[in-house]
Amino acid sequence: MEAFKTEGNLKKRKIISIVLKTAVWFCGILTVGILVYILLFILVRGIPNINMEFLFGEYNSETLSALSSIVATIEMIAISLVIAVPIGVFCAIYLTEYAKRGSRAVKIIRLAVDTLAGIPSIVYGLFGMILFVNILGFRASILSGVCTISIMILPVIISTSEEAIKSVPDMYREGSLGLGATRLRTVFKIVLPAAMPGILSGVILAIGRIVGETAALIFTSGTNVMKNPTLNLHSSQRTLAIHMYMLASEGLPHSKDMAFATGAILIVIVFLVNFAAEKLANRIGRQ
Amino acid sequence: MQNISSNKTKENVMQAVFFLSASVSVIALVAICLFLLLRGIPAIAEIGFFKFIFNEKWAPVNTPASYGILSMIVGSVYVTAGAIIIGVPIGLMCAIFLAQFCPANIYNVLKSAVNLLAGIPSIIYGFFGMEIVVPFVREYFGGNGFSIMSASIILGIMILPTIISISESSIRAVPESYAEGSFGLGATKEETVFKVVVPAAKSGVLTSIILGIGRAVGETMAVVMVAGNSVMPLDKIELLKPIRTMTTNIVTEMSYASGLHESSLIATGVVLFVFVLILNTALSLIKSKSIRN
Repeated sequence: MEAFKTEGNLKKRKIISIVLKTAVWFCGILTVGILVYILLFILVRGIPNINMEFLFGEYNSETLSALSSIVATIEMIAISLVIAVPIGVFCAIYLTEYAKRGSRAVKIIRLAVDTLAGIPSIVYGLFGMILFVNILGFRASILSGVCTISIMILPVIISTSEEAIKSVPDMYREGSLGLGATRLRTVFKIVLPAAMPGILSGVILAIGRIVGETAALIFTSGTNVMKNPTLNLHSSQRTLAIHMYMLASEGLPHSKDMAFATGAILIVIVFLVNFAAEKLANRIGRQ
Repeated sequence: MQNISSNKTKENVMQAVFFLSASVSVIALVAICLFLLLRGIPAIAEIGFFKFIFNEKWAPVNTPASYGILSMIVGSVYVTAGAIIIGVPIGLMCAIFLAQFCPANIYNVLKSAVNLLAGIPSIIYGFFGMEIVVPFVREYFGGNGFSIMSASIILGIMILPTIISISESSIRAVPESYAEGSFGLGATKEETVFKVVVPAAKSGVLTSIILGIGRAVGETMAVVMVAGNSVMPLDKIELLKPIRTMTTNIVTEMSYASGLHESSLIATGVVLFVFVLILNTALSLIKSKSIRN
């Protein structure tokens, strides 16, 4: 407040204001600039290298085909969602509709969810390696990867679902209960449908995380690549992100080109994921 | 009557299912702690706590082997500090821009850009760092490019979305009356924003910084591709020299480690986990403090 009182240095204040304004604009533009640079860098060098051989061919040192990785990524997404979405949404239902507010159970569950959200993916990877790969004997396999990543995406599904369910007006519930519906019926027929866009945007964010995950999967689903992709859960197959990592760290010119191509595919997926999540978020906003 | 009692059973069963689902997170967290500690603590005990944490010599394949991770702890601290130095000013200024200065017609574009930055996989950041940032550092600053500096730049970019989105919403949450009071006293828009609005949002900004630290300290794949990963003696650690962090120690050696070597890598994970828990505790302290206020 002191600065406002000193009338004498009005000019200095004006200059500082202009400098600050410029700096703020600069940082806004810089952020977008960095993003555009990264995207263009990958897309411009990646897209020309995408060809049918790479997408659908058999894997060998020539094609470095991503087919096995594409299959593994889709499999990983599908099964992880089947496991984590019901658990996450049910957890959100418990927290919002059933638990007493501020009860001890709620506090403990919230703490656990918050902590899980902050654990680095390499720690998830270590945990998955110890429990699923070694102790439970799943070996390095899609199955071990799925188990690990399902836990990893739980927090994002729980917190977005919780937000979505909370934002359903109490009126809806009262109306349904007043008509004699049970609490359970109210949850499934009234609350969940109304919260669906929010829940879906959480699911989409989770897909984004699975697609981009490397550190948690490298020691659980492994870096193996299949000549002919299989859906066998017990086989070890690398996902797209790990495919990119392996190609990039080989350091040969051809593999680097293909790393760019894989990167371009990843970016296109991230684009679609973000676009879909934003569309859903806008729809919620309009409601 | 039958119907009502079957409804009641259904209700009870589902309530149990909801509760069980909710406890999965707790069980998962307990399991993660348990299994990491089960494998990590014996290793730390065998190596010796002080020899593990406060010794800079990491030579697991030598005879006699040495398992000191001090150099990597310091490495993690350095790259994280670098990320904060680069990411926080840019991120905070960008958040201020979004919340206070951004024209409405470009706001959505910027917001999407920030979300997209958050969605880009770390492997892409790492690859970008390897191909662009590392040569850039080599060219203009010297060394071979794989360095603390390169890692800090990449991590600084990676924490931007966290800093921006959380700071932005906390700046937006500052009551309008604060700014009006300041305008009433004759302050300019910039003075108002920087001296009144942003200071009022400081607990949110602090939260964003701590979350950013958490992301930087735990990041693995992007760092492994740009940091060079050599274990440096403490007195040889320099901005333009390679560095190994706790996360990259795990990822570079796990594939061929066995026995005590493998356990010592898991123990490195335990130390990393403890760092993250400390950050989480700090977060909940800030949260409870700001609620009390």
